[in-house]
Amino acid sequence: MSPRDIVTLLDLAEEAIEVSRQIEKKRTTLRGRTQINLFFEASTRTQSSFELAGKRLGADVMNMSVATSSVKKGETLIDTAITLNAMRPDIIVVRHAQAGAVHLLARKVDCAVVNAGDGAHEHPTQALLDALTIRRNKGRIEGLTVAICGDIMHSRVARSNILLLLALGARVRVAGPSTLIPSGIERLGVEVFHDLRKALDGVDIVMMLRLQRERMNGAFVPSTKEYFRFHGLDEEKLALAKPDALVMHPGPMNRGVEIDSIVADGAQSLIREQVEMGVAVRMAVLEALAQHLPNG
Amino acid sequence: MSHSPLAFVNARLVDPGALTEARGGVLVSDGVIAGVGEAIRADVLPESVRVIDCRGDVVAPGLIDLSVFVGEPGAEHRETIATATAAAAAGGVTTVVANPATNPPIDDPAVVDFLLRRARDTGRVRVLPAAALTKGLAGKEIAEIGLLQAAGAVAFTDGSRSVMSAQVFRRALTYARDFDALVMHATEDRELVGEGVMNEGEFASRLGLAGIPREAETIMLDRDLRLVELTRARYHAALITTTLSLERLQEARDRGLSVTAATSINHVTLNESDIGDYRTFLKLAPPLRHEQERAALVEAIASGLIDAVVSDHNPQDVETKRLPFAEAEYGAVGLETMLSAGLRLVHSGDLSLPKLLRAMSTRPAEILRLPQGRLTRGAPADLIRFDPDEPFVLDPATLRSRCKNTPFDAARLLGRVKYTLVAGEIVHEET
Repeated sequence: MSPRDIVTLLDLAEEAIEVSRQIEKKRTTLRGRTQINLFFEASTRTQSSFELAGKRLGADVMNMSVATSSVKKGETLIDTAITLNAMRPDIIVVRHAQAGAVHLLARKVDCAVVNAGDGAHEHPTQALLDALTIRRNKGRIEGLTVAICGDIMHSRVARSNILLLLALGARVRVAGPSTLIPSGIERLGVEVFHDLRKALDGVDIVMMLRLQRERMNGAFVPSTKEYFRFHGLDEEKLALAKPDALVMHPGPMNRGVEIDSIVADGAQSLIREQVEMGVAVRMAVLEALAQHLPNG
Repeated sequence: MSHSPLAFVNARLVDPGALTEARGGVLVSDGVIAGVGEAIRADVLPESVRVIDCRGDVVAPGLIDLSVFVGEPGAEHRETIATATAAAAAGGVTTVVANPATNPPIDDPAVVDFLLRRARDTGRVRVLPAAALTKGLAGKEIAEIGLLQAAGAVAFTDGSRSVMSAQVFRRALTYARDFDALVMHATEDRELVGEGVMNEGEFASRLGLAGIPREAETIMLDRDLRLVELTRARYHAALITTTLSLERLQEARDRGLSVTAATSINHVTLNESDIGDYRTFLKLAPPLRHEQERAALVEAIASGLIDAVVSDHNPQDVETKRLPFAEAEYGAVGLETMLSAGLRLVHSGDLSLPKLLRAMSTRPAEILRLPQGRLTRGAPADLIRFDPDEPFVLDPATLRSRCKNTPFDAARLLGRVKYTLVAGEIVHEET
């Protein structure tokens, strides 16, 4: 996406925020359209916000979770795509545990496909909602310094944010233990830190990432205790950032692992606002797609 | 602590840091070397200084031993910090790095703290804890390297156990690098060692014992060096014993890797034929090798390819050694004999005294980033005095270590330590 397209989406999302804050939240942009949320991975906030976004725009939204689908019975991803395609949906929103799976599925269907997260590859709407949150609080993105901290290696949120923030002119730092920093990441144009304290020095935005449970006990980091001591965001480390620095987290949080509760719930935290922006950004994305749908 | 100043005069000063020898004296004050050289003479020193006339004996920095089993916690029947450090002081060793393969292993910051407090209360020389690289020394999960380092661990190692999984080892190196932590690794492929109990070859075949190929060591070392090249961690090969390993090490140095390596005093002064009639005190891990390998190791110390020589002090009680060779425990005590045994190489003309001491003091200090190991003003006054030509026959009964499993049982040796100072304090004085 070009910076101009991104800004257009963010502007659309600003309007969607107003819609969502009214008592009458319904629009008719997607009236008569069918939206299928196909989530191969459990997700609370992404799935529910896509559902709300679709419904607020007037679409008929169907949620398909893997637990009840034919995938459980051994159907391949491509067969699932062909089957769903035959039902003539207009938009499919897909979340999958494997990088590239959404891309593969998109080539097999005729309708619009929205990536709601594929493996450790990308999570574009998360990056958009983060950008929207930053822009609303800082008035701009260009020229800001953003530190993305934690498990960069396994994070689609990190990759999408790096791409988007760099496109909009921010300076991006990534920080984490070397075991969780993918090799060659600096070639994307980010600065790499292994010491969180140094990474936070003078930053405007601190974006903490979730550490998955299975990575906590010895495989990538020794323990949650050690992780929190060296890589967890607490008040002391946050004090190294700019005084007006803001704290973000894509959720769900591990309190006491990557972030201290005092910081997560503190005055500098934007974590709850991120969730509200999630619905708005997904409305903007669906609305933009609607303008390009056949017969639209 | 305050001590009255002390001076060694009329000494043969050996500075292994500069590889020099000179006549003169050393003045010690407030735990550090306050002066060194020809100017330090009895007739110019004030009366408040205690003057020790060395009568031409060597005065040099104390030895620093990177691999010592101190027994605590959990194996106090084999050794304690009190007995290990008494042995160290008598052998001229002023700093020991404690092996974490204890029970429980040193894989928890609380155990590091325990060891440091025990060392403070009962130790005679400096005791620096090495901590486990992986939890429980099991080779599966990275230990809390950051917290252990903060507690005082100076290096990370699974003792004599190698981390068999390349994936786990790679991640441990990667993680350790963030803390600039030193990883010391024993390089022995357990699968290739198999049932082996001594060096593979003619002697093992004659004795009817299962052999351990040299490749068991070198394949693991080679793997490590490649992972070090990938991760750029601070790596030290804890104990290498073969010419094959020396070749690999040389190649790595040529490629610009700043890796360090040690061998043991046993592997440079003994060979597999010393096992003779199944002498279990010479059952070691890795095993004693062929004479050609031993000679090459000595050359590598002289050239600097091998950085350090360790005692690999491993006390074993009689019950675990008085068994058929294959069933006996591995290991030998070495703290009290490492200097005298090393002097054999000096007397045979294979190694100069400064180069021997470089491998036993200066280089280990540099590997650990300690200010010791130098005979220079301002350095900690960890010093030894010895006569390298004084003959004696080793009587195991006189060893301070709790266990007497020495391979130098009744050996004729030259060179005994007369004084050992740690931070300017006399911790051993020959009576």
